[in-house]
Amino acid sequence: MIRFILNNQLIEAGQSSGSTVLDYIRYYKRLVGTKIGCREGDCGACTILVGDLENGDLVYRSMTSCLMPLGNASGKHIVSVEGINQHELTPVQQAMVDTNGTQCGFCTTGFVMSLTGFVLNENAKQYEEAIASIDGNICRCTGYKSIERAAAILVQKMAGKPAQGTIDWLVEHDFIPDYFSGIKARLLQLRESINKTSSPDISSEKIMIGGGTDLIVQKPHAVKKTSVEHLFDTGDLKEISLEDGHCHIGASVTVTEFAESKLINGFFPDLARYIKLISSTPIRNMATMAGNLANASPIGDMSIFFLALDSELLLNNKGNKRTIKLSRFYKAYKQTDMAADEIIERIIFKPPQRVFTFEKVCKRTYLDIASVNSACQLQLDKDGMITEAHLSAGGVAPFPKYLANTAAFLTGKKISKETIEQAIDIMNNEIVPISDARGTAAYKRLLLRQLFLAHILSFDKNLIETVKNILQP
Amino acid sequence: MKDNSGNIDAANHVTGRSVYVDDIPVMEGVLFVKVFDSPVAHGTIKSIDFSAAARVEGIVKIFSCKDIPGENQIGGIIPDEPLLADTELHFQGQPVLLVVAENEDAAEEAIKCIKIEIESLPVITDPREAFRQGKLLSASRKFIKGDAPNAFVSCKYIFEGRACSGGQEHLYLETQGAYAYPTEHGSVKIFSSTQGPTQVQRTVARVLGVGMNKVEVDVTRLGGGFGGKEDQASAWGAMAAMTAWILKRPAKCIPHRMEDMRMTGKRNPYSSDYKIGLDADYNIIAYEATFYQNGGAAADLSPAILERTLFHATNSYYVPNVMVIAHSCKTNLPPNTAFRGFGGPQGMFVIEAAIDHAAKSIGVDTAMIQRKNMLDNGDEFPYGQIVAGAEAKHCWDEVMNEYDIATLKKEIETFNSQNQFYKRGYSMMPVCFGISFTNTMMNQARALVHVYSDGSVGVSTGAVEMGQGVNTKMIQVAASCFGIAHDRIKLESTNTTRVANTSPSAASSTADLNGKALLDACNQVKERLFTFIKTELTDMEESVVEIKNEVVYINDEASVFNWKNLVQQAFMKRINLSAKGHYATPLIYFDKASEKGHPFAYHVYGTALTTVTVDCIRGTYEIDAVNVVHDFGTSINRDIDLGQCEGGIVQGIGWMTMEEVVYNEQGKLLSNALSTYKVPDIYAIPKKINIHFLNTDGSDMAIFKSKAVGEPPLMYGIGAYFAIRNAVLAFNPNAVVAYDSPITPERVLMGLYNPVGGQQPRQWLIKKDSLC
Repeated sequence: MIRFILNNQLIEAGQSSGSTVLDYIRYYKRLVGTKIGCREGDCGACTILVGDLENGDLVYRSMTSCLMPLGNASGKHIVSVEGINQHELTPVQQAMVDTNGTQCGFCTTGFVMSLTGFVLNENAKQYEEAIASIDGNICRCTGYKSIERAAAILVQKMAGKPAQGTIDWLVEHDFIPDYFSGIKARLLQLRESINKTSSPDISSEKIMIGGGTDLIVQKPHAVKKTSVEHLFDTGDLKEISLEDGHCHIGASVTVTEFAESKLINGFFPDLARYIKLISSTPIRNMATMAGNLANASPIGDMSIFFLALDSELLLNNKGNKRTIKLSRFYKAYKQTDMAADEIIERIIFKPPQRVFTFEKVCKRTYLDIASVNSACQLQLDKDGMITEAHLSAGGVAPFPKYLANTAAFLTGKKISKETIEQAIDIMNNEIVPISDARGTAAYKRLLLRQLFLAHILSFDKNLIETVKNILQP
Repeated sequence: MKDNSGNIDAANHVTGRSVYVDDIPVMEGVLFVKVFDSPVAHGTIKSIDFSAAARVEGIVKIFSCKDIPGENQIGGIIPDEPLLADTELHFQGQPVLLVVAENEDAAEEAIKCIKIEIESLPVITDPREAFRQGKLLSASRKFIKGDAPNAFVSCKYIFEGRACSGGQEHLYLETQGAYAYPTEHGSVKIFSSTQGPTQVQRTVARVLGVGMNKVEVDVTRLGGGFGGKEDQASAWGAMAAMTAWILKRPAKCIPHRMEDMRMTGKRNPYSSDYKIGLDADYNIIAYEATFYQNGGAAADLSPAILERTLFHATNSYYVPNVMVIAHSCKTNLPPNTAFRGFGGPQGMFVIEAAIDHAAKSIGVDTAMIQRKNMLDNGDEFPYGQIVAGAEAKHCWDEVMNEYDIATLKKEIETFNSQNQFYKRGYSMMPVCFGISFTNTMMNQARALVHVYSDGSVGVSTGAVEMGQGVNTKMIQVAASCFGIAHDRIKLESTNTTRVANTSPSAASSTADLNGKALLDACNQVKERLFTFIKTELTDMEESVVEIKNEVVYINDEASVFNWKNLVQQAFMKRINLSAKGHYATPLIYFDKASEKGHPFAYHVYGTALTTVTVDCIRGTYEIDAVNVVHDFGTSINRDIDLGQCEGGIVQGIGWMTMEEVVYNEQGKLLSNALSTYKVPDIYAIPKKINIHFLNTDGSDMAIFKSKAVGEPPLMYGIGAYFAIRNAVLAFNPNAVVAYDSPITPERVLMGLYNPVGGQQPRQWLIKKDSLC
């Protein structure tokens, strides 16, 4: 039995824990305000809010219910549009009506839920944050301008939102129904009654699932019908820590948790800009670090990110642990060094000392999969000599590529036009891009050169003339 | 009439209470229908074995074409498309079998057990190749005005080239789908997500071999259509209806997103040749174009789309000598279909490319040539209609004033000189779009109004609500005619038993046609009520009666009668309180033999100024602003019309920039999901969209002189292509950028750097031999 609170009702669901929350609420509970647009997390029509206790606080995050395994709802508060509806329209709903933010209406509840997620976030008050909350919602009718106007109205209303007691304030102002005030206590009670397994039961018979954002896209039927081990809420896989000068990222840390970590932000001043390039708010709220690495997608953003940090993985096979360099982890297309019974437990890396940059270009800048992505880390001594170089690229090989030869070449060199040009030549010999829906091979080659130059430019703005010479059309 | 009343469905939309096909509570015993579709783009079925599939638990029936009770034919214009393939396969995704099961999982499992043996045949994906092989879907068309071939002789400047535009996936957020159940006397009722309820009805009747009167189609609303559900909703309706009719159980047929994308057609890609001639003063003297339309494997609506391409081949320009030819080419892609603009955008893109080509080659401003050749009253379109109510120059000049183009140009020059790796560009895009179905016959509509004895009103029309706000406009029409409050009126679902023989909700004409029909119906009831007042209640036959705010005024004085008591008394006196209205657009005609006539009720005009910034390191871009002056006539609902404008612009920009439909050489759709086919998200849209309402007299042929607005704004998006191209040229004046859209970040980067071997235009497919 999977126990959770759905809107204002305690649920004990007997359905497969690998089936989706979307199917449960639409077809078992007939809460049809949540729509099916794509079943791959790319449209946001099925967006729900998920309330969970984080360090004792009740925190709501938006998620796409199409990719959320029912098992991950255990012990949480699942909110569909029916769960925020009241006698009158909520201010979020009213703003969408007043600005004509809805036309055909099919995507609308998704926007309403995402924007309600924005108002529920006690720290968020800015317009940019309101827009960021709907970065995973696609509307094909309005052109979004009216929805921007709705967001602007909400931002005005958020001026008085207190950082403490947000939920009570929102109840008072009719953003959410009264029953939200009692949810925290109910969740605490529910949690006590749920005997949470702390260590996962790993066996090759089972499918291990984190956030579900890739597995449920790739093989929904297998996940639904096989026995599933849920790693998403496994406490000891959710920690971010600094040990012996190294960052340790737990496997089930979500992209959002990574992005919100003060520790991590201290090491990556531009982290917010990079993270914005990676999927969307609801997907980042679900997707786990280890999932992004383990699926071995040739363009996995986090893989590229961690490759250039020269990261190591701590693998666990029923208690037998070993570490492996991420650059040796990928073997072939969608193949890794991991045994069937093994899981990734941690990602370990030394924080970058000097310059780290992440670049990504796709057809659509946000909420898209890269044509090519790349990360670069350069350490220099006081004479400007590169003492350590790490470079990675996605979309140019069958798996996330650590550009070992280019990195080796750069080590011990000073940056000059010649160095850069030679590095590009070496890089071109290291990659084997193919033509597909995300671009031709020739384009991907050119694009990687450009992203390498972008790395160099962010590294030292004085190189603009050098780069200009290389780029002479 | 109350202006700026937002969409009547808005409150239901934001609370999730609006009902779409998959939200209808299903009846006991409902069956689920899944399609087994062709894995190849061209071939002959040698054998097909679904015995193992039929044994999967939960499978009720597997239908092949042999089980179709009536005719295996769903072609709307030309009967060239089977519902289920017989032996020949013409595109990947072509439906072959229907798997009917107690639940969806069983159906999907069964599909995996179907074994099919196919002898492959050569695949054509390129319309020019199809043309070379003589594979056409319909007769080619040619519009001639003046004598273009000879007129080139007198031209100082002549330029020839090729322009291509890609496909576009509709990506209605609600996929196709239908739910059907059997009713008495061998009839069937279908809830369909369709823009064309009558088309679904007609198709189902044909497939079942029954009269249209035995098929009831009901549509509450669509989660988006954009043309994709004008003709292509019929197949899903037929599949659900056939299952329900034969098995005598309710049946639901709703494809998943990837199935929908794979099995349905998109906007027709075009590859076109142009030749433009100008005199020394930059007057366009002659224009020739040949359009190769990629129609896909069946005609669908392509012949009509082809026609509209010709109608809009010269966009907003007056050209004395024109010869434009269009071929609808049969390829092995899913049958392409209607998409907002319906061939118009494809035609306009080509002449805009030709003018830009000329200007760039001569070394003058593209905008100068555009403005100089703009249409005026009295000019003749290449199809013989004489321009009236022209607002082309008016809109253009207002843009120039309203948005201070001189300052903008200076700003762009300064920006470009100060930035090494960022360049800005701008473009002007005028639009002139004809309103009416180009098939004159389709310009008719009917409406049914019931005034109930308590004074409440029910309205049925043939219009389908799909987000465009037509239901709201219909309520405005009825409320305005009766002089009553909006909330007295309920807009009913669109149902073929209440309003028959409807034209699809398309061609931007839905509000005009159905609004006028509704006005006719309301006027009939109103006249009866007024006659009743004059003769039975007041004995003042010569008096002037009107209803304002539900109060009856007699000779400008408020009477004791109001709407409610008037209706009650009329009912007691057995006055008919219901009426059927009818409308057929007057004046319009078109003679296909001479390709001349007066096909459009009126034209809609406007101009867009688009500015963009290109990141010349990464090849990415942002749309800074789209500034528009648009001719709405006298808008009856500015909120809704503004929404249509903004939404159309963003959709048009999507078509021109990031939306790339990619097939491989085997005709397999590579951009087959939302992860590989990208439509604009909230960060991709222009930072600013300014819409300036040009107040004009409108047209009497438009409902309350409020001009049609559905399609025209989409074509402003074409401006984004040229603005981005101009920014690329600002970085690299020698850039080779084919007039080939969409101008994806890939095309931009390849243009910026022209790498050796890099010019591989992909158009709508990856091919070895380049098309453009």
